[in-house]
Amino acid sequence: MPIEIDITHVARLARLALTPDELDRYRSQLALILDHAARVQAINTTGLAPTAHPLGLTNVFRPDEVRPPLDVDEVLSQAPSARDGYFEVPPALEGV
Amino acid sequence: MSLADLTIAEAGTQLRSGDATSVDLLEAVIERASFTEAQLHCYLTIDHEGARKAAESADWELAAGTDRGPLHGIPLALKDNFCTRGLTTTCSSQILAGYVPPYDATVVSRLRSGGAVIVGKTNLDEFAMGSSTENSAFGPTRNPWDPERVPGGSSGGSAAAVAVGSALGGFGSDTGGSIRQPASLCGVVGFKPTYGLVSRYGLVAFASSLDQIGPLARNVGDALTLFEAVAGHDPLDSTSYPGPVPEMRSDLEAGPKGIRVGVVSELSGDGYEPEVSTAMSKMLNQLADDGAELVEVSLPTFELALSCYYLIAPAEASANLARFDGVRYGLRVDGETVEEMMARTRAEGFGPEVTRRILLGTYSLSAGYYDAFYGQANRLRTKLIREIAAIHEQVDVLVSPTSPTVAFELGAKTQDPLAMYLSDVCTIPADLAGTPAISVPVGLDHQGLPIGLQVMAPALGEAVMFRTAKAVEERAGFTARPALAGLPT
Repeated sequence: MPIEIDITHVARLARLALTPDELDRYRSQLALILDHAARVQAINTTGLAPTAHPLGLTNVFRPDEVRPPLDVDEVLSQAPSARDGYFEVPPALEGV
Repeated sequence: MSLADLTIAEAGTQLRSGDATSVDLLEAVIERASFTEAQLHCYLTIDHEGARKAAESADWELAAGTDRGPLHGIPLALKDNFCTRGLTTTCSSQILAGYVPPYDATVVSRLRSGGAVIVGKTNLDEFAMGSSTENSAFGPTRNPWDPERVPGGSSGGSAAAVAVGSALGGFGSDTGGSIRQPASLCGVVGFKPTYGLVSRYGLVAFASSLDQIGPLARNVGDALTLFEAVAGHDPLDSTSYPGPVPEMRSDLEAGPKGIRVGVVSELSGDGYEPEVSTAMSKMLNQLADDGAELVEVSLPTFELALSCYYLIAPAEASANLARFDGVRYGLRVDGETVEEMMARTRAEGFGPEVTRRILLGTYSLSAGYYDAFYGQANRLRTKLIREIAAIHEQVDVLVSPTSPTVAFELGAKTQDPLAMYLSDVCTIPADLAGTPAISVPVGLDHQGLPIGLQVMAPALGEAVMFRTAKAVEERAGFTARPALAGLPT
């Protein structure tokens, strides 16, 4: 039973503006890969906690100390668009 | 023989005896690159000016009596997913074309303070996703043993550079086998340390719970030297291991006598080239002749490791790669709204394999599927970790081929993602378990292509892993070099 994927929804979640042809191609490739990967669902894992860190490290704290930040000009020099010390983007809200 | 063909240890001796300078070494590897790059394309960037300055400074310091240790003055190649301040870092992606990081990765700053000379940045599969270095937005790297074949991946550029002599050593990153598999296909040593022993700070993240930086080198001793220079706790990486780095030198030459070697039965059979299996058996017999104890072992969860990996790694990648959105760095494709700008930028900037994995990961993390896919895969991962820990009560190390096949031809697997993923079947378990594993060349097949043997050890078991690797290396007597390396002589 092939896995049904709402690829348009997934592409929207991933912020990928794909063409209809690309969506079709990825849908069938993903179905094949997931079909293979879905074998893991048949395994009984009752009582096993999911791995978060292979060596089992948990919370890590550091002293709350002020340290020099990255150079702002150097950082902004890499931005596609910057103004007055800020990153600049197109409108996030309609009609603004 | 060119200085480009020296091991790091030999080069260090020559630097200290005054027989060669760091500038001589750098000129030798750059001369080698000038012969080989047009055909192989190991490097995305060669930092002529920065490397020259670093080499001159290394020579000046050594003359003045300042010795920064075994990497002082040694020319190295770094995979282009390590942030290098002031030096372009692209991850082989259009989305980062021209990006110049404002900071150094911890590994890079440790190498610089150890006096190493960074020759340049090497090619990789885009964002380290791939097993052939064909998924590079800037064109593939080719295998120095046969340029019609792939070098493996994703650290194919570093592996090929070390094999051909356009660097004396190199670094890569390994998420599913990306150091060991190209090392195997290029006839060099490649080592993935225990998860957390090398800081990931400044390594552009692919799958954070799996990614680990490690060396590529011409022999086991050099790999150990490179590893020692960068290993150890880093407060800037919260997953970094806070304990001491294992002591690895005292038993290095102890030989195979008494080592209990587990031969993993799941990593053999169909799909393994006969010459790969034969080369491994021959080596195992030699180890047994010299006192190693061979034990056939079964790790049933290894059969599911690949499936597990292809749920975990893309899920983490989809989250990590969300940062490439046209706002702070890299490519931007304009749009009417910020969301349209982001979606267009990402569609344009990411290549097909990265797009595929982002979609796969987004799907398996999305509402209703999280527990069935990502959650289940990570419970299975716990099962695998326990299985490996349990088997290590019987054996000290596990061995398998590094790759089921020797280097394959360019294009052979690009249309079939699953076939490509299967080239990592032997290397993925150690990534999932966070355990150390190394690939050592053991011979050439009838076509003259290298075959690698993988040695795996329990977490923090680097000492016995290196000891076994050294014993393998001594018995293999692998001294062959690709014909291309001989061109300039």
